[in-house]
Amino acid sequence: MVRFLVRRLLNYVALCLAATFVAFALASLTFNPLARYAERQPPPPVETIAAKRLELNLDEPIPVRFAEWVGGIANGDFGTTITSAPVGDQLWQRVGVSLRLFLVGTVAGAVLGVLIGVASAIRQYRPSDYVATLFSFLVLSTPVFVIGTLLKVAWLPVNQAAGTQILYFGGETTAGFSGTGAEMFVDRLQHLVLPTVAIALGQIAYFSRYQRSAMLDVLASDFLRTAQAKGLTRRRALFTHGLRTALIPMATLFAFGFGLLITGGVFTERIFGWYGMGDWLLVGVQDQDTNIVATVTLFIAVLVLISSWLSDVLYAALDPRVRLG
Amino acid sequence: MTMTPAAPPAVATAGPVEIPSETLSRGALVLRRFLRNKLGVTSGAVLVLLFVVAFLAPVFYPWDYRAQDDLALLTPPSPAHWFGTNQLGEDLFAGSIRGLQKSLVIGLLVGVISTAFAATVGAAAGYFGKAVDRALMWVVDLLLVLPSFLIIAILSPAFRGKSWLLLVVLLSGFSWMITARIVRGMTLTLREREYIKAARFMGLPAWKIITRHLIPNMASLLIIDATLSVGAAILAESALSFFGFGIQPPDVSVGTLIANGTDSALTFPWLFLFPAGLLTLTVLAVNFLGDGLRDALDPSSSRGRAR
Repeated sequence: MVRFLVRRLLNYVALCLAATFVAFALASLTFNPLARYAERQPPPPVETIAAKRLELNLDEPIPVRFAEWVGGIANGDFGTTITSAPVGDQLWQRVGVSLRLFLVGTVAGAVLGVLIGVASAIRQYRPSDYVATLFSFLVLSTPVFVIGTLLKVAWLPVNQAAGTQILYFGGETTAGFSGTGAEMFVDRLQHLVLPTVAIALGQIAYFSRYQRSAMLDVLASDFLRTAQAKGLTRRRALFTHGLRTALIPMATLFAFGFGLLITGGVFTERIFGWYGMGDWLLVGVQDQDTNIVATVTLFIAVLVLISSWLSDVLYAALDPRVRLG
Repeated sequence: MTMTPAAPPAVATAGPVEIPSETLSRGALVLRRFLRNKLGVTSGAVLVLLFVVAFLAPVFYPWDYRAQDDLALLTPPSPAHWFGTNQLGEDLFAGSIRGLQKSLVIGLLVGVISTAFAATVGAAAGYFGKAVDRALMWVVDLLLVLPSFLIIAILSPAFRGKSWLLLVVLLSGFSWMITARIVRGMTLTLREREYIKAARFMGLPAWKIITRHLIPNMASLLIIDATLSVGAAILAESALSFFGFGIQPPDVSVGTLIANGTDSALTFPWLFLFPAGLLTLTVLAVNFLGDGLRDALDPSSSRGRAR
């Protein structure tokens, strides 16, 4: 069991590096970081461009550049941006901003999604089931940037009615805000709610649909009837025998759903003006900055793989055949 | 990606269980089952209607999507401009229809191409096994780590100013992985069936076994999957265009229109609501259609069993 998890972990590390290399190579091939100098009026001296060329290592082959970049990471150096500022300067703050959004969004989305899915399955074909289904379809058919904007539009009247900003929809904290720890926390929370809802809605829709059908499968199974025949109450049979089995496929979906979440996170950060990793990716592409793009890719790859690994662990925890086999 | 069905089934109340007579072909059976699903049929009709509007409306509607009406800047919806106009006096209905055309064509192409590719890769991995399987599945895992949005965003400077067909190729190239995994899993079980073995022992080359025996036997899954990936492709295209990585001005897509309307969603809501609503309606119809198709083609899927 431990060997299985360790082997998976090694495979994930290899995948992480390969994924980052693909992004790094593609960015190096398509980006033209010197274009911004060529367009400048008056044109900068040839030496300046040559110096920049040297600074960005553009004359070396891509694998060499990648190796140097990866070598730097070991020392905490993620290279420099196109404006010669170290990537590491902004990195950790942006990682913190993004993680706050992603973690709360995932946990809230997965838990609520599973609960709604189970409830719909148990109350199949009741009005609540139809409402949940329609909601899931609607959310899954609407892009996150539309949901985010709709949330803003819907919330504005509430703020106006209250005469004060109950929830904010721009930035992750009030600019120049100072106060005690508790006040700071409340301020952050006021900024966090709407973006998190925007991100979690998609997760809820995604998980609830799968959980509903997984639970329906279990409800029709013989072992559940047997459990009740043995004298278990319906509630205990459902939750200790049924839900546990129905959660197994969710462990796999968790990993797939995470990719969806990250793409949604990029949009959410842009809509709500959060300066996180998703926003940075867009900045990196606009500035044609390979190091920023590669750093963001590495961050995403690590997150996806942590979630895959977690889903392996979850799978093993839920399914004794994996754990003992 | 296979979404498990969740649509409210109109079938449940539709009378006695069907008794197939000998004369009824499978196609007729599937059609009959599909026609009983009201939501699926309605969605199909909505999609046909959207197609007709998208391609016929520009013929009848007086405004071109590029034309600027200097007498009507930022006007709300009116008989002259059905969806209103934007800051430049451009007609939003004409723009939305142009965007809808793009979305539908891109979605259809990507759905078909990516599913065909997924079927080929998945079937090859499952059929050949061993090294081929490991190599292909490693590529699948690798591409699953990189969100397609990220790769296409990185590549966007390279295809700026080029044809939108390149966008179709890229979107298809990065949205086949999950389907390929499912196809591989199905191939692993199909491979051991007698008719596949018989074909192999008769000396049929591998590619013929894959194209003639394996893939046709997964047709239901592939049709459902192609439908659902049409919806996913439309969403992906709109997201890329929203951030300026997809369709580029002066051409318009639903994504660029929504991007333009987002900032004024509070002050001039029609700029945002009409394109966004049209997009959601389209994708919703595609998803419900895919769901209805699943119930018709694959009644033994989880919902069929759970009934």
